[in-house]
Amino acid sequence: MSEQIHELIRKDYEAGFVTAIESETIPPGLSEDVVRVISSKKGEPEWLLDWRLKAFRAWRGMPEPGWAHVNFPPVDFEAVSYYSAPKSLQDGPKSLEDVDPELLKTYEKLGIPLHERARLAGVAVDAVFDSVSVVTTFKGKLAEAGVVFCPISEAVHTHPELVRKYLGSVVPQRDNFYAALNSAVFSDGSFVYIPKGVRCPMELSTYFRINEAKTGQFERTLIIADEGSHVSYLEGCTAPMRDENQLHAAVVELVALKGARIKYSTVQNWYPGDKDGKGGIYNFVTKRGVCHDDAHISWTQVETGSAITWKYPSVVLRGDNSVGEFYSVALTNNCQQADTGTKMIHLGRNTRSTIVSKGISAGRSSNAYRGLVRINPGAEGARNHTQCDSLLIGDASAAHTFPYIECRNSSAVVEHEATTSKVSEDQLFLCRQRGLDAEKAVSMIVNGFCREVFKELPMEFAVEAGKLLEVSLEGSVG
Amino acid sequence: MDHGHMLSIRNLGARIGEKQILKGIDLEIKPGEVHAIMGPNGSGKSTLGYVLSGREGYEVTGGEVSFRGKDLLAMQTEERAREGLFLAFQYPVEIPGVSNMEFLKAAVDASRAHRGLEAFDAVRFMKLARETCTRVNLAQDFLKRGVNEGFSGGEKKRNEILQMMLLEPSLAVLDETDSGLDIDALQVVAAGVNSMRSPDRSFIVVTHYQRLLDFIVPDVVHVLAGGRIVRSGGRELALELEEKGYAWIEREVV
Repeated sequence: MSEQIHELIRKDYEAGFVTAIESETIPPGLSEDVVRVISSKKGEPEWLLDWRLKAFRAWRGMPEPGWAHVNFPPVDFEAVSYYSAPKSLQDGPKSLEDVDPELLKTYEKLGIPLHERARLAGVAVDAVFDSVSVVTTFKGKLAEAGVVFCPISEAVHTHPELVRKYLGSVVPQRDNFYAALNSAVFSDGSFVYIPKGVRCPMELSTYFRINEAKTGQFERTLIIADEGSHVSYLEGCTAPMRDENQLHAAVVELVALKGARIKYSTVQNWYPGDKDGKGGIYNFVTKRGVCHDDAHISWTQVETGSAITWKYPSVVLRGDNSVGEFYSVALTNNCQQADTGTKMIHLGRNTRSTIVSKGISAGRSSNAYRGLVRINPGAEGARNHTQCDSLLIGDASAAHTFPYIECRNSSAVVEHEATTSKVSEDQLFLCRQRGLDAEKAVSMIVNGFCREVFKELPMEFAVEAGKLLEVSLEGSVG
Repeated sequence: MDHGHMLSIRNLGARIGEKQILKGIDLEIKPGEVHAIMGPNGSGKSTLGYVLSGREGYEVTGGEVSFRGKDLLAMQTEERAREGLFLAFQYPVEIPGVSNMEFLKAAVDASRAHRGLEAFDAVRFMKLARETCTRVNLAQDFLKRGVNEGFSGGEKKRNEILQMMLLEPSLAVLDETDSGLDIDALQVVAAGVNSMRSPDRSFIVVTHYQRLLDFIVPDVVHVLAGGRIVRSGGRELALELEEKGYAWIEREVV
């Protein structure tokens, strides 16, 4: 499009710094021994080591998925280091006072409050740095409500029965190539348990940071909302700028028992690579939730980072009257590629799902929505509404939509709406004629386009997401 | 530089692609004056407004334009706007999801910043915007709706006037603001414009029909044909055109 649009999509990645900290990183390569080392570093019980080994053996026999609309050279899984931890944390989790000041500075720089009296009071944070959890805030206040919010490596010891029961129950080890890899080598991540009937008194938040070079991050998050409980969980991600690609293969499992409600929000801002497509994170993530009777799971994601995003947060509507929602903004710029969407699997009666996907493609990027709505024979009275909008900026970007609908019950109502539009020269001219510069104009137009999704985000995140979009779009106009 | 002028256009030429549209426009507008520009379809009326406001794709091939003593053609589109040039669009475009209020505030703040003024605080601006809505007969909930999103033709035009009132430009170019308006809406729009007339503000009213000029009475009427101003005169020129049609002028020019 116009000259301004090309100029605008060019800004520096603000979270791209490296923290100078001594780390213990195991040598690259993956074998049963590596799996054993990871397990023993965490002092895991035998059953978990066995579980990992089983996943590793499965993974070795699985092919990488090739169906996504993304292109990248094959990943050399032997060149990745599967565990890295700051040395100062080696003696296990400590209180905030014992955390290396360099680490605290990192989070400060990123605007993540680790001090409990921080500005964003009311948000409890678990910070994961490379492979380990640095600190979890507000543990005391949460404990009063009976809420468990801790690193999953800790939950293995403190709540083994819950971890053992639910780990892999939503995303089985063999679900897909990356899920199997994660099951074998997962390092850390968050564990949440909300007891029966409890409304979690604050937002829970995990902040993931990749620091060390040539390492992968394989976090594992497990959230269990017991009957009638409510929780809102936020997740944010950043990484330094590096020329090589780094792998991030996470698994997130949500369990919403009868009448429970889980709201899961993500602002993903992994390093996207430079404007020529050098470097950046490969973000290959499996996220899935299961709803029992009357339960409700809502995924909201704002995906602006990563060189490649492969991610389909899904909901299995197992129980009757359960509800699944997916609200997504995916922005790609320069050479980024995204293949993202959701799966809504309707099993129970009178289950409902809503999908709102907003894809924005700028630069030479490619942005694909891929979604599956499946209505099983028993899903009497199921309903789905899908709205899938794409916005193109410039004339070198691409938007694709791959919606799949499998309906096996004639009482179901499934709707799909889709639009593709461009930031028009008319809109830009109107804004500029009213005194707004081109950059502000594009960010305003894009924010307007995403409004339906942003209003689903918790307040602090909505503001952050708007700003992030603005930064990610810089240089997109010109 | 001639500070006595609002706008001074000398021998302005412009083209779109290979097509020369403006072929040497000369026009002098003093502060406080209202100039009507009339002419047949395709004569370059809208092009003149776009060239003045710096729309991409409209290439200036020659000439000079001085706006309040400054070289207008050297400025970026948004700079011209902040300097006080306003264009009311013939077909206002929609910006879905961006509320009118957000849009208006951003626009007004950009102009204020340019003049070294602080941004309005939200409460004060809200009050001002609501009052202005009333002046153009728009319900206040228009401020919450997306910019022109789902507005009727008349509402879009009134929204343009609303923007003009809040931005308080020095020079407003109204591009066929009367097209598609019924008589009631036309009167609202005209009353809005008339209320803005002042000794230090000028207007260029581009129209195909003289009807609008019954309500916004111009000081000077120009006829644009074939990319040139072929005749200028007083109010009576518009009436003459109405009576004889544009063919008369076009014949004379040839």
